[in-house]
Amino acid sequence: MVARRLADESVQPAAFAFTAENAKWAEWKIGLYPTGRQQSAVIPLLMRAQDQDGWVSRATIETIADMLGMAYIRVLEVATFYTQFQLQPVGSRAHIQVCGTTPCMLRGAGDLIDICKSKIHPDSHHLNADGTMSWEEVECAGACVNAPMVTIYHDTYEDLTAERFEEIVDAFAAGKGDTIKPGPQIDRLTSAAEGGRTTLLEKPSAKRTKFVPPPPPADAAAPAAAAPAPTTASKPKDVSEEAAPALKGTPKGAKVSQAKAEGERKAANASAKANGKPNKAMREDATGAESKAAKVDGGKAPGKATKAAPAVGATTTSAAKSKAAKPGKAAPTEVNPVAEKGGSAPLFKAPKGVPDDLKLISGVGPVLESKLHALGITKWSQVAKFTASDIAKVEDSLSFKGRVARDNWLAQAAALAKGGEAEYIRVFGKKPR
Amino acid sequence: MLADKDRIFTNLYGQGDWTLEGARARGAWVGTKEFIDAGRDWITNEVKASGLRGRGGAGFPTALKWTFMPKVNDGRPHYLLVNADESEPGTCKDRDILRHDPHHLVEGCLLAARAMDAHLAFIYVRGEFIRERQRLEAAVEQAYEAKLIGKDNIHGWDLDIIVHHGAGAYICGEETALMESLEGKKGQPRLKPPFPAGMGVYGNPTTVNNVESIAVVPEILRRSGAWFASIGRANNTGTKLMCVSGHVNKPATFEEAMGVTFEEIIEKHCGGIRGGWDNLLAVIPGGASVPCVPGEKMRNAVMDFDGLREVGSSLGTAAVIVMDKQTDIIKAIWRLSAFYKHESCGQCTPCREGTGWMMRVMERMVEGRAQKREIDMLFEVTKQIEGHTICALGDAAAWPIQGLIRNFRHVIEERIDQYTYSSTSDGAVPSIAAE
Repeated sequence: MVARRLADESVQPAAFAFTAENAKWAEWKIGLYPTGRQQSAVIPLLMRAQDQDGWVSRATIETIADMLGMAYIRVLEVATFYTQFQLQPVGSRAHIQVCGTTPCMLRGAGDLIDICKSKIHPDSHHLNADGTMSWEEVECAGACVNAPMVTIYHDTYEDLTAERFEEIVDAFAAGKGDTIKPGPQIDRLTSAAEGGRTTLLEKPSAKRTKFVPPPPPADAAAPAAAAPAPTTASKPKDVSEEAAPALKGTPKGAKVSQAKAEGERKAANASAKANGKPNKAMREDATGAESKAAKVDGGKAPGKATKAAPAVGATTTSAAKSKAAKPGKAAPTEVNPVAEKGGSAPLFKAPKGVPDDLKLISGVGPVLESKLHALGITKWSQVAKFTASDIAKVEDSLSFKGRVARDNWLAQAAALAKGGEAEYIRVFGKKPR
Repeated sequence: MLADKDRIFTNLYGQGDWTLEGARARGAWVGTKEFIDAGRDWITNEVKASGLRGRGGAGFPTALKWTFMPKVNDGRPHYLLVNADESEPGTCKDRDILRHDPHHLVEGCLLAARAMDAHLAFIYVRGEFIRERQRLEAAVEQAYEAKLIGKDNIHGWDLDIIVHHGAGAYICGEETALMESLEGKKGQPRLKPPFPAGMGVYGNPTTVNNVESIAVVPEILRRSGAWFASIGRANNTGTKLMCVSGHVNKPATFEEAMGVTFEEIIEKHCGGIRGGWDNLLAVIPGGASVPCVPGEKMRNAVMDFDGLREVGSSLGTAAVIVMDKQTDIIKAIWRLSAFYKHESCGQCTPCREGTGWMMRVMERMVEGRAQKREIDMLFEVTKQIEGHTICALGDAAAWPIQGLIRNFRHVIEERIDQYTYSSTSDGAVPSIAAE
């Protein structure tokens, strides 16, 4: 985390406007995103504004917020969160961004920073005496095999030595930045090894020795048709890396963070093993015998793996089901309550008529709504009349203990049932959702 | 060692023409329609047969990830989100794909989108890759013009590609933060579940894949999954872009078969370790967030997922950072701590406070201005951060320090001893060079 604030009021310009060309570009960019999702364009627009003016001022933030129909604070959040946005004026000829992270540090980024300090300003983000230059140390800029490197405006200058960097700084300070060729500053083709590349020496050709044309579509379509119809058509099955079969049997995997790196890696190994002999590997994993499972992998023939493919899908489903069977131990999963009870009748009798929009109740999203529908709850009035035992039943099926009371469903539903949105606003003083 | 004919990224260094014409001459966009016509399951099964594991660091099987997408469309659109927010220190492989072989990625997007029933793909490029993004945008434009993608294209599968970009936040490489950022918010990771395949970008089913994972798909389909699976060891198949930086004679990015040893890649592609093999101190083999490995253990280590796990580290993104014996290893790891402190999104307390705390303790240890018992305390705190945050950044910040303490504790202790030794009788310490 870095604390980032807008520049002092004394340097803030009164207004901001895109140039005609940039305004046209902005309109095009906003139009790219799905309808109603124009907020997605906020980073590209801020970046364009920064390219135009050199930095992001308060007026810029407000103008862009108005363009996108966003609250000012949301755009301010974005501008201060993303460190590439300059929140104060930068050098008019160059703002030098020196990468100082370990790979560059190992190859001498410290010397480059010293040069910036002596030639431009002792502190980063400060203009030099005549306002033409400024510098900052940035985190990894992604050119590590060409370390050390700096970024100036849109270009990178790589494989620098202290001497060469001094020349570059001097050139930019003199306004002759365009005389410096971007990219590696030594005899080297982009990221290839210095003095000549070690791979790709043969001329590439379009001819492939092992071209295998795919089978006719009829073959491919067959297994798809044979696949069992999903039980919850209205809602996608929420299978994930972490819900993959391999992780099922390892309760100590409940640590939150294992989710990403560790968990995925384990899941990957185990499921890759499962490709070879699905059943055996599955069972071993289910008992948590991870080390034993390692023996199973053996020589995995690629042909076999293809065949085993549907089996993997099938075991995933069955694993998800077995998890649903013992909800006590497993983390709450989203399982269709009807499916869980073996397709028995809904708990409630759905009243006739058009269902109400249950999503207007704060705390109910599209997923919960479809679950409530499956339980036979379609009207606000039903929710408003919940008895204590109803609540217990509903929460049990949803695996959400305390949700109904915490989000105050009953009062919300009562208001909605009485007078729709208008009544809700009168009671709660805000629009539903 | 991989032969040139088996390499997928044939214009890795930009020595040839990157445009559609050049890419076609090297074999891109050949047979794409046949693959699309063969259908969703065929593509997925072929990729499954290849054994391709995600190239973004975690190594999760790509085809398996695709199968998590809903089989039956419930009316919500499906999205493919390509993670080109490559910011892991040491990693610069996607950069070369984006600027020199962009059509591999565009074609891969079309095929992957078919495999997950998506008609819209986002490619989120990190903000710093400006020239790379311009190149990719141009490649997408060329593909639209040639009617390779877009509405009513010649392949019979509609696909729009939106090239989006970030603005310098490392955390946006985390898949849920990536989605938040794409939606125009701060890039703070979301809790899972719901998982992206159920509820991702704009609440719709989304699959997030690394650039390299997607870009190798066309060649896998063209040459068959069995070909890809024949390279490397079981469970660790295929070719991989590797980037070697730090103290080697010639740092470089190159495509190599999985399962070659560390010594081989250094000797063949990087001109050896600076000062020879006896001068090798430590290696971070998979990007900044994996633990470092002492040089002597690393020399014969096998460069794949399982091989590096055996030496107590991880393949990650195959971004190798080499450090020789002139390196101040404490300072090198301190710089990583500073990096994670800078990049923590501030959402979870253990990470927000912990990264700063660890950095400050590390800063003192660089000088030696610490107590030896603090080494254990530091280790203990890394364990408190690890696993107690929404995303893996907390873990990533903890692991380098754990690797340092596990493997180089004696260096830290010597530094503390030296600092104490230099102090005068009344405790004042003349400044000693931390270098």
